[in-house]
Amino acid sequence: MPALILTNLSKSYGNMPAVSDVSLTAEYGELVCLLGPSGCGKTTLLRLIAGLEFPDSGTIAFDGVDLRGVAPHMRGFGLMFQDLALFPHMDVYRNVGFGLRMQGVAAAEIRRRADELLELVDLAGFGDRKVHELSGGERQRVALARSLAPEPKLLMLDEPLGSLDRVLRESLQSEVRSILKEVGVMAIHVTHDREEAYAIADTIVMMDRGSLVQAGSPEALYKDPANELVARSLGVRNIVSGTLARADGPAQVVCALGTLAVGWPVPSEVPVGGDVLALIDERTVSVIPARDAITSAGSTLAGTITAREFRGGESALHVSVGDGTIVCLVVSRDAGTAAQVGDEVSVVVPPEAVRLLARGGP
Amino acid sequence: MTASRLLILGPVAFLAVFFLYPLVAILARSFSGGALGLESFSGLLGDSYYLGRIWFTTWQAALSTLLTMVLGLPAAYLFARHEFPGKTVLKALTTLPFIMPTIVVAMGFIALLGPQGLVNTALTGLLGPDTPQVRLTNTLVIIFMAHAFYNYAIVVRIVSAFWANLTPRFGESAAMLGAGRVRTFFHVTLPLLLPSLWSSAVLVFVFSFTSFGVVLVLGGPRFATLEVEIYQLTVKLFRLELAGALAMVQLVFTYVVLLVYARLQERSTVTITLVPHEAVTRRKKSWRDMLVVTGIVVALLIVLSPLWALVERAATAGGGYSTANFTGLFVNESGSYFYASPFRVIWNSIRFALASMTIAMLVGTAVAYLLARPRRRASALDALFMMPLGVSAVTLGFGFLIALNRPPLDLRGSWLILVIAHSLVAYPFVIRSLLPVLRGMPGHLKESAAMLGATPLSVFIHIELPIVARALLVGATFAFAVSMGEFGASMLLVRPEFATIPVAIFRLLSQPGASNLGQALAMSSLLMAVVALGFVVIERFRYREVGGF
Repeated sequence: MPALILTNLSKSYGNMPAVSDVSLTAEYGELVCLLGPSGCGKTTLLRLIAGLEFPDSGTIAFDGVDLRGVAPHMRGFGLMFQDLALFPHMDVYRNVGFGLRMQGVAAAEIRRRADELLELVDLAGFGDRKVHELSGGERQRVALARSLAPEPKLLMLDEPLGSLDRVLRESLQSEVRSILKEVGVMAIHVTHDREEAYAIADTIVMMDRGSLVQAGSPEALYKDPANELVARSLGVRNIVSGTLARADGPAQVVCALGTLAVGWPVPSEVPVGGDVLALIDERTVSVIPARDAITSAGSTLAGTITAREFRGGESALHVSVGDGTIVCLVVSRDAGTAAQVGDEVSVVVPPEAVRLLARGGP
Repeated sequence: MTASRLLILGPVAFLAVFFLYPLVAILARSFSGGALGLESFSGLLGDSYYLGRIWFTTWQAALSTLLTMVLGLPAAYLFARHEFPGKTVLKALTTLPFIMPTIVVAMGFIALLGPQGLVNTALTGLLGPDTPQVRLTNTLVIIFMAHAFYNYAIVVRIVSAFWANLTPRFGESAAMLGAGRVRTFFHVTLPLLLPSLWSSAVLVFVFSFTSFGVVLVLGGPRFATLEVEIYQLTVKLFRLELAGALAMVQLVFTYVVLLVYARLQERSTVTITLVPHEAVTRRKKSWRDMLVVTGIVVALLIVLSPLWALVERAATAGGGYSTANFTGLFVNESGSYFYASPFRVIWNSIRFALASMTIAMLVGTAVAYLLARPRRRASALDALFMMPLGVSAVTLGFGFLIALNRPPLDLRGSWLILVIAHSLVAYPFVIRSLLPVLRGMPGHLKESAAMLGATPLSVFIHIELPIVARALLVGATFAFAVSMGEFGASMLLVRPEFATIPVAIFRLLSQPGASNLGQALAMSSLLMAVVALGFVVIERFRYREVGGF
């Protein structure tokens, strides 16, 4: 039985629906990530759970108790704000210990717990610092320690790493996950950054315009996105519209790139000749010199390299094929020696790289 | 929701009983003449003399405000951004003029610039008896000077409290974008300071608009403001209906000004990045900084010169320096019924000021909270709660006498009536100093505390109170000072045994004789000393307890 159960939650501001009919569950120890473009209602959902806003309809239950009418400070939840909201008039110790102080814990015990938590977030010895003396990453850790100190039953994080630089963000992402896992707390984490979602979440919940679109493990969502938005949000770059040419045997799709064999099951509602979106996995395709072209390895498309993005270990090649462009992710070493912008190449698209979505999505 | 209802109910009830009710009583008087009851108003607006008074009152207030702002800003900068020895004392001294009774301010200027004043005596002594004298009494110039002198502290206090909380990062970014010191000031710092500039400018304007003692003593009959006119009509000519009508005109005018201001202030609120004071003040001393600090300090001392003149005169008796004026205070030479020992008078002033400060803080804080949360028509409400600033103390005292004279509210014999009048005049200062900080408070701090398990009361005690503490202390300081120096209402309401320092000063002044004048000056010096001491104590307390937030 899941601990947190949201049933048909709706909330609007004036005529603007912010959250509409969202149902969701989460279990103890689960790290849930709300992912979606800004303005999709994920922060509002968080504030509803926290009790800082009241739903127009629907219920929020935790451990079987309906939370209607329970004040935020009585819920035993934690919330880490995007701007962190560290108390500027308190030092690090008093910030971290604030929640325990509110519980009436003895001063010595608060001190012990604060030290413990500062150790956990790798800030041992920072207790006497003033908030304004801390760097961005240090503030983030203090805010995390402060949120964890009262041992919330549910910790919510609202874009907690949003304001940090990339390197710091990436190192903190895995750190946040391991800290949350070590503590074993249930967490709901809001972000618009898929890397952050991948790095932290057990379960990703995609939201769009106030509604829940799809929920599942990061792998499941990436492999089988429910619609174009989910696919794009999770990083699929090759999305081409086309028509279904053959539905069984080896299925085929005709699109701007040419005719492609489809290795994944075709959505049952799409008839032959119906409109579809073809999603092509940029990692599964391969690029070979034009003269080496072999037809048997799947669909082979002739094209010209128009751009190359160097990304360290990998490079993304943009190849102009037919009337469209396909992005292929290749190992940089090969790309560096073999492929240059302007080269004529063949792109091999194996059937397992191609998946179809009904146009408009379910 | 219930708690906020209660929050609104307390101050509203207080204002209804002790402010609106007395005003309505006066209004009833102003409508009492003629068939329609409007005779006094039509007479007023058809008379070019009174229209002229209204126009004069307005433009002299505008010019006085401009002068005060220009003089006050450098000192605000000094106190917000620089540390130097003697800062606390200098800051307390700066506030002194504001808490001086207006009559004493006027006396200070006469002591300095009058025919027998320090300046003219010195000029004659240096250049011989034929030197032309500086003649400023009964001119507009001396009125402007006195208004600027009197209201200087408002600008310095409000602006420097805001400035001190402003992160220097903004100025630094401007510098990095190629703006020099001057351009940074005009394009970045000044716009950011706008809310506090408006706050102080409107207060100064309202005070200059309702100015009474200064204009009465220094201006002479040619330069009567509305307030002086009301006083003359009430006390000398006893035309209560005309005085009531004029008071209503003044009231409406001030309400409009306060309304415009509340609108402007709502729009110009910025979220303040709170930085502790130590992080903001400039520590490294370049020769340029030293020069700026020294220059402003010297200018400050010159601005304060009427106070020096006052003390110098107080310590002068019989042609030389002596303590005769001070010792004379302790002797009841004429066996007067009105005599009160200085100890008793000072003690009265202090306890009334503490009581008024407490009431003003409670009412002012509740109202500020009310106004800080977003709501429709907030500016109308804001202006309404600020109204006591626009009512003359004479009018208020008069209203108290005719409205609070029957059971169950017969307070005429009680010291409470004095404290209530003082807190009415004082609480708008608490609102004005609190509101910018409350509106600029980073939004998530309170919610964050709630999520950590803090009850609404704990949020208030642990989060809001420490953060607004500095503004709260500024408000408290003003409330205390206003009560200490309040004169108009006290004169009408006070009983001999409850005489405050300003009342005692006026009694001495109104008796003829050099020794009485000297003793009035000595009493004024004592008032200065008591208040300065109080301020230094408050400042010390603040730095230790709240760490300068």
